[in-house]
Amino acid sequence: MKKIIELKNVTKSFDGEVVLDDICLDIYDNEFLTLLGPSGCGKTTTLRLIGGFETADKGDILFMGERINDVPPHKRNVNTVFQRYALFPHLNVFENVAFALREQRVNKAEINQKVREMLELVALTGFEKRSVTSLSGGQQQRVAIARALISRPKVLLLDEPLAALDLKLRKDMQQELKKIQKATGITFVFVTHDQEEALSMSDTVVVMSEGRIQQIGTPVDIYNEPNNAFVADFIGESNIVDGVMLRDRRVSFSGQEFDCVDGGFGADEAVDVVVRPEDVDIVPEDRGQLRGVVTSVTFLGVHYEIIVDIGGFKWMIQTTDFVDVDEYIGLYIEPDAIHIMKKSEYSGMYGDYSSFSNELDELSNAESGEDE
Amino acid sequence: MKKETVRRRTGLWESLTLAPYSIWALLFIVVPLLFVAYYAFTDNDFRFTFENVSRFFTATSNVSGEDGAVREVRTYLLIFARSLKLAVLSTLICLLMGYPAAYIIARSSARTQKVLITLIMIPMWMNFLIRTYAWMTILQDTGIINGILGLLHLGQIHVIGTEAAVVIGMVYDYFPYMILPIYSVMAKLDIKLLEAARDLGCGSLSVLRRVIFPLSLPGVVSGIIMVLIPSISTFYISQKLGNGKFYLIGDAIESQYAANNLHFAAAMAFILMVVLLVCMAFMQRFANRRAAV
Repeated sequence: MKKIIELKNVTKSFDGEVVLDDICLDIYDNEFLTLLGPSGCGKTTTLRLIGGFETADKGDILFMGERINDVPPHKRNVNTVFQRYALFPHLNVFENVAFALREQRVNKAEINQKVREMLELVALTGFEKRSVTSLSGGQQQRVAIARALISRPKVLLLDEPLAALDLKLRKDMQQELKKIQKATGITFVFVTHDQEEALSMSDTVVVMSEGRIQQIGTPVDIYNEPNNAFVADFIGESNIVDGVMLRDRRVSFSGQEFDCVDGGFGADEAVDVVVRPEDVDIVPEDRGQLRGVVTSVTFLGVHYEIIVDIGGFKWMIQTTDFVDVDEYIGLYIEPDAIHIMKKSEYSGMYGDYSSFSNELDELSNAESGEDE
Repeated sequence: MKKETVRRRTGLWESLTLAPYSIWALLFIVVPLLFVAYYAFTDNDFRFTFENVSRFFTATSNVSGEDGAVREVRTYLLIFARSLKLAVLSTLICLLMGYPAAYIIARSSARTQKVLITLIMIPMWMNFLIRTYAWMTILQDTGIINGILGLLHLGQIHVIGTEAAVVIGMVYDYFPYMILPIYSVMAKLDIKLLEAARDLGCGSLSVLRRVIFPLSLPGVVSGIIMVLIPSISTFYISQKLGNGKFYLIGDAIESQYAANNLHFAAAMAFILMVVLLVCMAFMQRFANRRAAV
C-alpha cells in the first residue's frame, strides 16, 4: 500500500499550550482512517494541519513523499468537509458544488456534467436550484460532501461531519459515507469523538489523547487488544484491574490466579488487566472464580448492566440473566477474555465503576460534543 | 381554552410595548410626510394643483457661463443634477475608503476592533455644525493647510469655495455611516466560509471576490443609502465650505422655506423623496438578486 500523507514528529502549540506532541502518522491510499479522541485531544488540529489551515511548529508533513508544510490550502490536493458544513449562503446548491470548478475555469459543459454526477452520488439530483439555507441538516451535509469531492482530491478530510445530525440520520450517513468512500476510492480522514462511529466506519482507527497518539490499528485490534488503560476505557466499557503476571499465560488479580492467552512480560511484572463487561459469565456463587455482591441493576433493552462489588472494586457486567440487587453471585472469566496491558501513565485512572452512573455518563458525553 | 388566553395576553402586551414607538412614528414620520404631500399638491389657497411639481421641472433662468455668454437653463433640474453629482462622488469616495477599512477592522483582534470603531465614532459625538466650521478653518486660504504649506515653502492651494471642499466636507461627515454597516456585516462573516473557499482552491483575491464581497453586499447597500441620502439633501456643508457658490437642492428647499414658499418647498422635498425611494428600491433589489444567485 502506498503512503499518501505522512506526519513526521509534528508538534504544535497554541499560546504555549502543547496541542500536538511529537505526532507520527502514516495515512495510506484508499483507506478510511478515523482520528478518535475526547475534546482537546488534538484530532481537529491534526486535520487542520493536513488541510493547511495551521502550520506545524516542529516536524514535517509529507504529501505523496513531498514536504508540504508551507503549501497554502488552495494549492493542496486535499479537500475538507467542515464541522457545520460552511456552505456558501449566497450560492444555490449547484453553485456550491461547482465552486471549485469555477475557480479552475473549467468549461460550462464539463461543470454541468460533473455537478450532475456529484449530486447523483450524494442523492441530491433535482436540488440544483435550491437555496442551501432551505435544506435540512442531512441535505446540507450531502452538499458539503459533493462540493469537497468534485475536484477529485487525493484525500478528503471530514471534521466531525455527523455531530449535528440526529441519531437515526447519523447511522444512515455513516453507511453512506462508507459507500461513497468505496465508490470514489478517495482516502478519507475522519475526525470524531464517537467511538461507535469510529469502529463501524473505519479501516484504521487512531486513538488520541492529550496531543499524543495512543494506538493505531483496525477497529477489531483497538477493541480487543487495547494498548493501555485510556484506550481500553475510551473504546467501549472495560473493567481494568491491577494484576501481576506470574509467568506467560498465567496472571493473578483480585486475589485469584487465572489462565490467560498473553505472554512476553517479565516474571511477576505488575500489569493492567482488562475484562470487557460482556465477557464475564454469571455463575452460582460457589462455582465462581470471583465472588461479589450486586449493587445496581440497569435494564438497557438488549441486556442488563449490573455493577458488582468484588472486594471493594466495582465491576461492570453485561448479562441477559436477571439478578437482583444485594444478591451474591459468582463470576467466571474465560482465558481469552482476559487482556493484559503494560502499566502506563493512565494506569489506575480508568476502569473502576464505583462512581458509575448512567446520568453522569450521558452528561459528560453531551459536553464532549463541542470540540476544540 | 387556557392556551388562547395566554396567547391573547402576549399579543396585547406586545402591542402595548410597541405603542410608544408606534405613536411616535405616526406623529413625527407619517403625519409630516402626509403634510409634505398635501402641501406639494396644493396652492396657497389649498386648492389641488400640479403647479408646484411642474415648476420644479420647467422653471428656467439665465446663467452666464465662463465665456460670458448667457444661457437659459432649467433652474431646478440643474440644481438637482449638481446635488446628485456631488452626493454620488462623496458616496463613491466613502465606499472606496470605507470598504477596505471595514475589512481590515473586521479582521483585526477583538481589542483592536473596539479601539478602531471608537475612533471612527468619536467625531460623531461632536456637533455637525462645529465639525463643518472646523473644516472651514482647515481649508481656508489663510487656514491650517496653507499655513503648513507656507512654512514648508511649498506654495499655496485654494480649496475653500470649490466643489472639492464640499466633497471633503461630505465625506468627512458621512464616512462613519458607510463604514459601520459594512463593518458589522463583515464582523459577522463566518471564518469557516473563508477557509472553505481557500480549501476549494481560492487565492486571497478570489476569496474576496467570490465570498467576502457578495456576502458583504447588504452592508454596502445600507452604507450607500445612509451616505447618499444625507449628502444629496445637505445644504449647510455647501453653504459653509462652498462659500454658497454651489446651490444644492437642499439649499433650494431651505431658501424657499425661508421665503415662506411652503408649497413649492414641499413639492421639491416630495420629488427628492420619490427619487431617493426609487433609487433605494432599485439597489435593494440588486443586492437581493446578487445574494440569491
